[in-house]
Order: sequence, then structure tokens, then C-alpha cells
Amino acid sequence: MVTRLRPVPPPPAGAAPGGAAPDEAAVRARRAAESVPDPELPQLTLADLGVLRGVEVAPDGTVTASLTPTYSGCPAMAEMRADLAARLHAAGFAEVRIRTVLDPPWSTDLITPDGRRKLAEAGIAPPGPAPRRTSGPVPLELSPVRRAVPCPRCGSADTEETSRFSATACKALRRCRACREPFEHVKEI
Amino acid sequence: MTTEDHLHLPPADTAPEGDDRWAFGTGFTDPLHGVDTALPPGADGAALAAYCLALGDDALVLAQRLAQWCTHAPELEEEVALANIGLDLLGQARLLLTRAGQADGSGRDEDRLAYFRDAPEFRNVLLAELPNGDFAHSTARLLALSAWRLALFGRLTGSADPVLAAVAAKGVSELAYHREYAAQWVVRLGDGTDESHRRMQEAVDALWPRLGELLAVSATERRAVDEGFGADPAAVNEEFEAVMRQVLDAAGLRDPGPLLPGEPAGRLGAHSEYLAPLLDEMQSVARAHPEATW
Repeated sequence: MVTRLRPVPPPPAGAAPGGAAPDEAAVRARRAAESVPDPELPQLTLADLGVLRGVEVAPDGTVTASLTPTYSGCPAMAEMRADLAARLHAAGFAEVRIRTVLDPPWSTDLITPDGRRKLAEAGIAPPGPAPRRTSGPVPLELSPVRRAVPCPRCGSADTEETSRFSATACKALRRCRACREPFEHVKEI
Repeated sequence: MTTEDHLHLPPADTAPEGDDRWAFGTGFTDPLHGVDTALPPGADGAALAAYCLALGDDALVLAQRLAQWCTHAPELEEEVALANIGLDLLGQARLLLTRAGQADGSGRDEDRLAYFRDAPEFRNVLLAELPNGDFAHSTARLLALSAWRLALFGRLTGSADPVLAAVAAKGVSELAYHREYAAQWVVRLGDGTDESHRRMQEAVDALWPRLGELLAVSATERRAVDEGFGADPAAVNEEFEAVMRQVLDAAGLRDPGPLLPGEPAGRLGAHSEYLAPLLDEMQSVARAHPEATW
């Protein structure tokens, strides 16, 4: 998984705020932004989730961080923006701008390997590969799709979907037939 | 202490971000915040706004109907599913209404458009505003609207308006889940017990005459195609019909017959008696406490 963060721009001439070298400011801003936990899946950072699209520091010290929503109706976007701004302010950046990026849309393929490991550790089955969207009509699949989603607790492959939707739009509800435990699965989009 | 004591108006020059909390669903930050919202060169802003408003209103009104299933669905899982589908649609509505308010130059934000228009100013199809009926009626309606919208959004990913194209690209994967959910229920009920089959057939029969409006091509849609940001209604309708018949066939339900375009009533603001009470409920708190945060 490649990180979605853009390369840090070359250090401009002149000192950054706080006397730090500009490249140091860029690294500091990126580290601060990357460490913000997701409001609904706090085990993961925004970087783990793949919703952080870039962090840039302008020569005047203004930080611009770009975020993309997971789902159109994601109710956590306002929280994410506020948390991100607060974390960057705390890291010493007075001027912070948060941009929303819609294109290209978020996909579960953008969840990093670290993010997938943390999901599994929290008892949430990570997503498989997202369906490939080709141009033209989306085919309608009427027979239940058999996805191989191993139980995050006992590892058994013998699991079934109980509902396509769960406590958040991004998760489905499943049940393990071996250990009988219900669990959530981040569904592929 | 009155309720009003807990309410305050945000200072005019600050964005409702940070520690301010939106109240009752109003005062959310602009969902297109920081997105490049310049109009495509040469595009007619009013025509783009009308198109976005129609598609936004379909989603907003259906989201409200789906939310009414909370505490009423046959199973908790279905309640959660319907609420999640409604949430996706609400998100699409927010983006589209925001785009509409920018494109027409009126500066109206999503809250202004959602909460401070009356029924005749809404441009959703009548199918979205009809009462839920039983689970079969609701599911048949959800199948129709999600199949139609998915066929449309799939094509809008190539819209000349980059914002509409991005909203559509995001919506496609959501709508694919909505359509699949509804289609699988129609099959399960149609191919289920005698009672579930009878009621699903009844719902499909009641739905069929309502689909004419969905197939109608309003002036707003024709204009959108001419301007390059709309999708070709003929192609959308063809895909839509094929999906509907595929589902009926798999469900063992009787095909009620040919589908013919009807009048674009809702797109012109001519609504049923059911929309005003729905809006009354949706808009009541926002109108009682305009601009409130807590």
C-alpha cells in the first residue's frame, strides 16, 4: 500500500514560524495530521484509513490538509476536520486550512496494511479487494455473494453475513459459525 | 431556564467548526468545503442548479421516508440497513443541494434549501414522497429509485460538471449496495411464502403506474443533456427497465406490463398531499430555532 500523502514540497527560502527549518515544519505537520484518530474507528488514524489526501506547508507557515469522506453521508467529517485542525494547532501551526477532496472517491483499498492489522486486532474483519468498477452499467448480483471473511476472533473461515449494514455505513454484520461470535466487517467499496 | 438559554447564534464571521456543535441537523459545515466549485466554462448555472436540486430533493425526501422505518421495521437489522441507506442518500442530498445553491448564484446553503423551502419548491419525483406503506411497498419503491439513480449516476460520472461527476462517482458504490439490498428482499419475498408473494406482487402492481414519472423527461433534464452535464434519459431508462424486469423474473413475480413515460409532476413542483406533512416534520425544529447551535 502506497501512502496517499503528497511529497513534501522543497523547503522554500526564508525561515518558517517558530524558527524551525521549513522542511522540519512540513515533517512536523505531516506527523501531527497522520496521528489523528478516526472518530468512529479510534483504533485507526486518518492516515491508516486512507482519508488523508495530503498535508502541505506554504512558505508563510499555513498548513493545508486534504481529507476525503468515506461515504457521502459520513457524519464524522465535521469531527475529522475539527480534530485535524486542533491537532495541527497544537503542533504549533496557527493557520490551518482543511480541504475536502471528492475525486477520486475513497475506496477500502486505501486502508493501509497497518490499518488492516489494527482493524483485525479490534475484532473487525478488514475488507477484501474492492469490486472493480468498469465503465457501463453495474451488474446486479441477485444470488447472495459468498465472501470469504475469516472470523477476526478465532480465525475460522466458516462465517456468514447477517446484515449488509451495521452500526456504521461502512460495516456489515457477520457471525462466526465456529465460535458463535458476531463480528463486524468493513465492507468493500 | 428556558430551552432558548442553551441556544446561541454563532458569531457571523466564524465558521461553525471547532467546538461549536450543530443543533438539530442545521449548521453543518459545507460538505463541498475547499472543493474547487468553479462552474464549467460556458455552463448555464441556473440549469445546473435546477438539475442538482431535482436529484438532491429525490435523495433528501427518500432519506426522510427511510428514517421513518426506525423502530418500525420487521427486524433490527432491517432498521439499521434502511437508516444507513437513508444516511447515504442524505449525504448525496447535502452535496447536491450545496452545489445547487452555488450554481444558481443565490448563495443559499444546504440548510436554507432543505429547511426553508415549501412543498411547491421541491423538485423530487412523487414516488419518493409517498408514505412507506408496508415493508413490501417500501422495498419496491427503494428498488425502483435506487435502480434508476444508479443507472443515472453511472452515467453522470462523465458529467461536464466536475463536482456533479465526483458526487456521482462516490454515489455509485453506495447505490449499488442499496439496489442490491432492495432487489434481494424483493426476490426473497416474491419467492417466499404465499402470503409474502401475494403482498410483494401487490406492491409491484401499485408501484408500476408510479414509474411513468421516473421515465418522463422534464425540461430540466433535457436542458442538462443539452448543456453536457446531464445523462441521456433514454439510456438511463433502458438500463432501469432491464434491472426491474430482471428482479421480477428472479422473484417469480408477474410483470405488470409495459412501462410508459408519464408527466414530470414532481419535477415541476406539483406534489401529492403527502409531501407537506413530511416537510413539516423535517423542517419544524430548524424553523422554530433558525441558525441555532448548542
